[in-house]
Amino acid sequence: MKFETLKPILACAILSSFLVGCSSAPSSSSNGTDGGSSTMSSDGGVSTGSVDGGGISGSDIDVDGGIETVFYFDFDKSTLKPESLAALRIHAQRLIANPASVRLEGHADERGTREYNMALGERRGSAVQEFLVLQGVDASLLEVISYGEERPASLDSTDSSWSLNRRVEIK
Amino acid sequence: MLKRVSRIVFLIVLMPLSARAELSIEITSGVDNPTSIAISPIMMKGAPLAEDISAIVGADLDRSGLFSAMPRANMLSNPRTLSEVYYRDWRIVGMQYLVVGSVIRQSDGQLSATFSLVEVAGERVLFTHVAKGRDSQLRDIAHYISDKVFYTITGIKGAFSTRLAYVTAINEGGRQVFRLMVSDADGARERLMLKSKEPIMSPAWSPDAKELAYVSFETGRPAIFRQRLDNAKREQLTNFKGLNGAPAWSPDGKSMALVLSKDGNPEIYLYRFATKTFTRLTRHFSIDTEPNWMSDGKSLIFTSDRGGSPQIYKLNIISRKIERLTFNGSYNARPRLAADDRTLVMVHRSQGIFHIASQDLVTGDLRVLTQTRLDESPTVAPNGAMLMYATKRGNKGVLAAVSIDAGSRFLLPSRRGDVREPAWSPF
Repeated sequence: MKFETLKPILACAILSSFLVGCSSAPSSSSNGTDGGSSTMSSDGGVSTGSVDGGGISGSDIDVDGGIETVFYFDFDKSTLKPESLAALRIHAQRLIANPASVRLEGHADERGTREYNMALGERRGSAVQEFLVLQGVDASLLEVISYGEERPASLDSTDSSWSLNRRVEIK
Repeated sequence: MLKRVSRIVFLIVLMPLSARAELSIEITSGVDNPTSIAISPIMMKGAPLAEDISAIVGADLDRSGLFSAMPRANMLSNPRTLSEVYYRDWRIVGMQYLVVGSVIRQSDGQLSATFSLVEVAGERVLFTHVAKGRDSQLRDIAHYISDKVFYTITGIKGAFSTRLAYVTAINEGGRQVFRLMVSDADGARERLMLKSKEPIMSPAWSPDAKELAYVSFETGRPAIFRQRLDNAKREQLTNFKGLNGAPAWSPDGKSMALVLSKDGNPEIYLYRFATKTFTRLTRHFSIDTEPNWMSDGKSLIFTSDRGGSPQIYKLNIISRKIERLTFNGSYNARPRLAADDRTLVMVHRSQGIFHIASQDLVTGDLRVLTQTRLDESPTVAPNGAMLMYATKRGNKGVLAAVSIDAGSRFLLPSRRGDVREPAWSPF
């Protein structure tokens, strides 16, 4: 009778299907090749892929294809984690060497209100943007777009899902 | 800046989806001693109508939590006119009120429903009234009857003829598809306003209830649109870099408060339709968002973390004076006001759990109205009697409602997908 006694446990069992990084916006740095090069692989909700995977820019950076493009944040925070910095420096070097327009898509977990989370997602995207600009990337190449909590990487209402959803994706 | 969207990119039709209505009603608790009322079957020449008017009226009154409508099977008689009413039949089953009525077709083809409200104990006829409409308006006639009965007995204007807007997100072929929907206040007669593979957010009604504003990501970034309900004509209002969000129509319908981050971080702006100009209203390095109007159109309430955590503030548009309204707890956001400008409802975090709370702006009293988790997007019925919000049931987003005194509740479970961001229309 009383729906207030909802069992959160039930929630966990239901689905573990993840939204793969499928945001519609086409990768602006794609070389137009279908299928092959600009791959998005999905593993446990973490989407990884190459930003500039055309395979033509392989100069002195030997991380082609393997560089992290998703950066995670703590709850209600928009400060970069120390473990994000190495990969972000590589992104910066690439963008300096091969300038291309990039989307920094900021996301929040589902807790809190939707429009406030839009602002939080933007703050996270801006944190990545500021870091890249400090490394010397032309700011005009970087556009921050917040999706708030509207595009979760993982749909469960659990701590582990939430930690996957508080993120910035470089696209 | 104002970009007219002439090309209909997405499916935007006012198409009834009656065959696959997504929402149903589930009453979870009512007041302890609801008023008993019987709605005798309302028919046309003794034959059932395409919509069961009495059942709709009974369900409306039940949903308010203040009434308990008698099941038809328990009725000892089914009077259609006042002359057919035997008070004894209703007294012995403990009914306080009785509605009788019937429908005829007029010579102009319209339907005419005559209905009366009777007080059983005093054997008094409280009113007899006629409502007219087309065949397609049988549900409107039913809600009209509910409004009239509700007002006569409670003194509160009924909100059964109002509508809801909400957003659904349904997994289709491995990706989420978003829809902006409008339904009657009881969840019936759903209509599709917009369908998109990109997120849709923050629906807001125009004060005349003829238009909706919302945020759509269809262009690849968030943008604010307005769209008419009757012909689906729409217009893109903003296309700035960064946030374009939280539209809120002013009470006079001439302007809109909204959030833009084009100047560096989220600020509240006033957009005037006549001049198509944006005026910046807030100036702070913190997040300012989720504006909502006071009914006089001179002040806004909004969420800001300028004090270190999200709290509700009030902004006088003329003097630009800002006053903090909430002090209880470390997270109070997305304010909405009841029509009396006194009852503030918001998302309130308590021990890590997000609930809907109300705060009396005169006494300062805070009251947590919900017990579920992840409750958000409260919207108050225009009569101030109930509020609807979004919550989670299992892993599914559902709409729920609670009376403003927290005495009665109901859920609107959906058949599939998530339902979120309810917006209750004005009268």
